[in-house]
Amino acid sequence: MAEMSLCNRRPVNDEETLKALLSDTGGKEYYKQMESLDVDTDLLWSTISKTMNSRLKTWLSLCAHCGMCADSCFLYRISDRDPTQVPAYKIQSTLGEIVKRKGKVDNAFMRRAMEYAWARCTCCNRCGLYCPHGIDMGVMFSYLRGLLYQQGFVPWEMKIGAGMHRVYQAQMDVTDEDFVETFKWMVEEYEEDYPGLAVPVDKQGADILYTVNAREVKHYPEDLAEAAILFHLAGADWTVASKGWELTSLAMFAGDWEACRLQVQSVYDAMERLRPRRMVGTECGHAHRATVVEGPYWAGREDGLTPVPSIHYVEWLAEALREGKLKIDPKKRLKVPVTLQDSCNYVRNHGLRDIVREILSYIVEPGCFRDMDPSKEHNYCCGGGGGFNGIGLYRAERNKALITKRDQILNTGAELVVAPCHNCWDAIRDMVEEYHIPVKWSFLKPLVISMVEIPDHLKPKE
Amino acid sequence: MLAFLTGPMFWIALVVFVAGLAARGVWYVRGLNWQLDRVAYRAHPRAGIRGALRSIFYWLVPMGTRGWRVQPFMTVVFFVFHAGVVAIPLFLLAHTVFLAEKFGAWLPAMPQPAADVLAWAAAACIILLALRRIALPEVRILTDLQDWLILLLTAAPFVTGLFARYDAAGYESWMIAHVLSGEILLIAAPFTRLNHILLFFLSRAQLGADYGIKRGGLKGTDVAW
Ligand code: SF4
Ligand code: SF4
Repeated sequence: MAEMSLCNRRPVNDEETLKALLSDTGGKEYYKQMESLDVDTDLLWSTISKTMNSRLKTWLSLCAHCGMCADSCFLYRISDRDPTQVPAYKIQSTLGEIVKRKGKVDNAFMRRAMEYAWARCTCCNRCGLYCPHGIDMGVMFSYLRGLLYQQGFVPWEMKIGAGMHRVYQAQMDVTDEDFVETFKWMVEEYEEDYPGLAVPVDKQGADILYTVNAREVKHYPEDLAEAAILFHLAGADWTVASKGWELTSLAMFAGDWEACRLQVQSVYDAMERLRPRRMVGTECGHAHRATVVEGPYWAGREDGLTPVPSIHYVEWLAEALREGKLKIDPKKRLKVPVTLQDSCNYVRNHGLRDIVREILSYIVEPGCFRDMDPSKEHNYCCGGGGGFNGIGLYRAERNKALITKRDQILNTGAELVVAPCHNCWDAIRDMVEEYHIPVKWSFLKPLVISMVEIPDHLKPKE
Repeated sequence: MLAFLTGPMFWIALVVFVAGLAARGVWYVRGLNWQLDRVAYRAHPRAGIRGALRSIFYWLVPMGTRGWRVQPFMTVVFFVFHAGVVAIPLFLLAHTVFLAEKFGAWLPAMPQPAADVLAWAAAACIILLALRRIALPEVRILTDLQDWLILLLTAAPFVTGLFARYDAAGYESWMIAHVLSGEILLIAAPFTRLNHILLFFLSRAQLGADYGIKRGGLKGTDVAW
């Protein structure tokens, strides 16, 4: 069969292919072609034989079919307890079935599996905390995504996203020049208010190498300025890399492991080149997980660690507040009921649960913080994780998936949701729009800037 | 017949059980791969072992984890059932006598009334587990033939044992059925999901190590299971 132009097994490696995909609005033609995409069953089986080791095989065969994981999955809960939303069922009827049939599955099977992998699981890993056998279905779904990606059965936006990383080493078409220029331009915009504000590019041996989410460059450039302002006010010795500045990885959501490796390697190269004391990433969950938690493994680093110690923005901010490098004006602390969205990707997957609460203890008036129930590592996914937010084909399902978080937020009675994660932030924005709930949501940076004391020597001269 | 079952056949069953499970365990551990699993087991042994032990420990304590606490009915049934299937075979007086004959070492025996209560309770739990499989849609959809088979394999030695205890007239035949079904259970263990007798510990240890090393352990955060 002739290979199809848009939907095929080939990863996107050049701008031209990217443009062709992008011009197919909503992926209409792409999904149509997918209906006749054949499955390379030999490739599928040989990939499984090479990459499915004892842990995954045991997870599949050990499952006691006890259903204790059912209630742990927010997608099961909001689907009127539809049994086909039980995590164990979802993975057994997709990955489990592929293994049982030794890879001999057809097009219809793969398209169903795609729906399960991207619209019925956000890889939030919550179910793994509730299975007595320690079976983590989020991990297995991520593995399944890799198999589906390799076969070309991947949502349009994910194919493009992974392609962006391959072409630009960024999740969007933002070049290295765009990044540096936008950062400089934003900093200039604020120079009058903050004399001496600057963005040091490619400085050797700085204390901090700051990495961002390409979205900030393209759509939310104020975020870059805010980061610069807070580093400036804290007197931090920081820099950004003109290459290897992107922290995110849509490739991880897509299951394109080669693109994952390329992406994190570009950041690690920047670390090796500039030798900062440490890396600080922006307020993003999946990006932190990709570059700091999973990345070392993709890059083949046996210690499981990044070349220089790497921390999330919340860790840096907590430190700056704790050590008094940033001082909060107590009069300006948040006096409305505030709640916090725990990001699965760095709370459940990297243990950063208490440190965010430490930040809140500095910026929220005592008594105003209301935790969600459940919270911390037991918190539910925002509803849009794992790429769910960005997939047009599953918009209706995603909107429904927001219900869990909507109710969790409403139950706290909070007027403001602090969401130090791009994905969660987006999900909450969409939720407010979709369900008209009376809450505001915010990253930490603008909140802190609104209440931080500016040291005299950094104040603008009259 | 009984002599054969309690003699050579017992040893065969025991060897299959131990060797089979051991092979399964070795295969599991050797198959772990730091890069495929994305857990640096070797680089951080202390954190890994600590996480593994925490993970096993909390899940062995009734209501020790949030997962147990949010499903109290299942938790009670589960623990009573497992207490029965672990304690009765090892600590019932008749069994300790038998094992002492075989191995020359005595395990402490539990008092007969306690053993009776536990055996009946475990038998009741088997029925509850079966009902749960049928009644709850989220369990029913997962259930396959093997689930019923292993429940049956587990129930058989219990039921026959209880009959042997109370039906003096049929004692000999119940005993044959009892020993035979017990040995079938031992032999089947490595080849069915009964292998969780060992793999529960290994799988829990693995995820515990994952959390202990990669998912927060090295940051000094212990996951609240
Ligand atoms: S809780 Fe674990 S063992 Fe039980 S059905 Fe879910 S995955 Fe399987
Ligand atoms: S990882 Fe999250 S979304 Fe996926 S099955 Fe488990 S609980 Fe559900």
